[in-house]
Amino acid sequence: MTSNALRRQGSKGQAGDKIFSGAALGAGILILITLFAVAIFLLIQALPTFTANPALITGGEGFASYIFPIVIGTVIAASIALLIATPVGIAVALFISHYAPRKLAAGLGYVIDLLAAIPSVIYGAWGYLVLAPALVPSYQWLAENMGFIPLFGGPASQTGKTILTAGIVLAVMVLPIITSLSREIFLQTPKLHEEAALALGATRWEMITMSVLPFARPGIISAVMLGLGRALGETMAVALVLSTGGLIPSLIKSGNQTIAAEIALNFPEAFGLRLSELIAAGLVLFVITLAVNLIARAIIARHKEFSGAN
Amino acid sequence: MKLQRIGSAAAVLTVAALALTACGSDSPTAAATSGAASSGATAAAVSGTLTGSGASSQKSAMEAWKAGFEAENAGTMVQYSPDGSGAGRKAFLAGGAQFAGSDAYLKDEEIEASKSICGPDGAFNVPAYVSPIAVAFNLPGIETLNLDAPTIAKIFKLEITKWNDPAIAATNEGVTLPDTAITVVHRNDESGTTENFVDYLHTAAKDVWTYDVSGDWPKDLSSENAKGTSGVVATTTGTEGAITYADHSAVGKLGTVNVKVGSDFTKISPEAAAKGVEAATPVAGRSALDMSLDLKRDSTETGSYPIILVSYHVFCSSYKDQNTVDLVKAFGEYVLSDAGQKQAAESAGNAPLSTKMSETAIKSIEAIKVGS
Repeated sequence: MTSNALRRQGSKGQAGDKIFSGAALGAGILILITLFAVAIFLLIQALPTFTANPALITGGEGFASYIFPIVIGTVIAASIALLIATPVGIAVALFISHYAPRKLAAGLGYVIDLLAAIPSVIYGAWGYLVLAPALVPSYQWLAENMGFIPLFGGPASQTGKTILTAGIVLAVMVLPIITSLSREIFLQTPKLHEEAALALGATRWEMITMSVLPFARPGIISAVMLGLGRALGETMAVALVLSTGGLIPSLIKSGNQTIAAEIALNFPEAFGLRLSELIAAGLVLFVITLAVNLIARAIIARHKEFSGAN
Repeated sequence: MKLQRIGSAAAVLTVAALALTACGSDSPTAAATSGAASSGATAAAVSGTLTGSGASSQKSAMEAWKAGFEAENAGTMVQYSPDGSGAGRKAFLAGGAQFAGSDAYLKDEEIEASKSICGPDGAFNVPAYVSPIAVAFNLPGIETLNLDAPTIAKIFKLEITKWNDPAIAATNEGVTLPDTAITVVHRNDESGTTENFVDYLHTAAKDVWTYDVSGDWPKDLSSENAKGTSGVVATTTGTEGAITYADHSAVGKLGTVNVKVGSDFTKISPEAAAKGVEAATPVAGRSALDMSLDLKRDSTETGSYPIILVSYHVFCSSYKDQNTVDLVKAFGEYVLSDAGQKQAAESAGNAPLSTKMSETAIKSIEAIKVGS
């Protein structure tokens, strides 16, 4: 009877298994097809840009010199965002998972997640109406006192609409991604590791550095990469906040531009070759994001064996 | 001490939050591919669907026209996709739209190209939407300043950098100008407003403004900028000493520049803008129906305001069937009628066309006929 029951269960399970594995396979294939289709679309639409006379490309010196400044601008904005959001995000996640009282932690978690649900145009509006004017005095101080560093070269922007402001807005936008993912990972640290560390006489901070952080490292990297993806691709907030211009080293003057914002600003009235240029810019962004993700995967794979998860 | 595991509920929210982070986007690349008119055989005087595509500057006016026209003519529907002037003209010439809205009139070669779908007389332009562009500034306590074209050009070229510059003081006796730095704010998206403003500087101050006229601000002039009319107005409003150019209806409580025309300074107003349009001359070598205008930016006629945006409607001189002709005529005439212009002015804040101009335009539209 026991074996009978087992067999029946098994046969049911087989049907379920097949359906489930089929559905999972389908989902996996679907996402690959989507990715592939997007890549093909970008390639085909961007093609005229690469075959066109370089003099006809915006700027008049070919696609490379058109795209280079905005690639760098994109990287600058995303770097600022991650430099700010990563430490803050991890600290907030640690606070929620290991320090805060249970009630406060739940509430705080919801509030942080709520940040992710705010539309980017609202962040943009907040950025240029509230944050940018509020930062003007700080920028002027930076220009006067730290102006010898090219990053803070003056004269500072009168409106505060600079790449640094855009980076700060982006940081707020990627914060919930990094926080939510890190928090979930921190909570999954094996209880035994934590208790063992505490039993050996570690303080709570030592326990976190010894058991939680090593365990969570691949997860943190994934979280940061997801955040980076958003920072690289963010369109509307940057378009609204940034006072665009050519590539300049100073973070507190108006200037620089990101790929996503460049596309958003010029797309509505673009046609013909200009449209191809913008799509080619999108293709470049696509490639950058892909490359960054591959690098991140490689890092995670390399650190897996030391992670303490085994 | 016992370790506590805290806050485990929010996993679902994490996923939901990530799903929500995507950002809005526009339609795909190609021009509007809206279908042709459905030649409905209902009993009403005119019926069917009219498809248009083009300038986004006309968007809010078009919404007013659409609502008014559809209310007056039951059984009709107007579809307008504000994809931009270039895309609109392209869609029109490809036969994908029955009319186009465009901030620039059809060029000669485009008229030539239109003959394949519009018959031997080709397409023609009529002005439908006039909007004055204000030069607006943020100086507390100062509501208007008198400036001539070269001074405006020098300000926007970043050659005049202080508000108390002698060149500004010269035309503004009695106004106490502050020692504030001038912050120029321009559009960072391509726009018809930029194109018309730059065209004014290029024509009226050609010695100073040597840049090409285009919808993009000159790349060499790096200054503060913002997205869209609302963006430049908000940035200017938030920055003391800032100056920008924007649709008159949108400048809010900013001060505006009285532009020098002839020997006087003209205050911006819909009436002055309409007068500025009247001073324009028809483009030479066009068909009798065509009302393309060369705006006279350097007009010296007292009381006319030269910085204006004229947006056109582009129609075929002949359409294939009577139903479409009736529909196009009814809509075109409604737009140009007093009621239509007034309705647009109320919702978009633009300047109505002068009576003389709209009468001429209506005559052009009445001439639309059924062709082969």
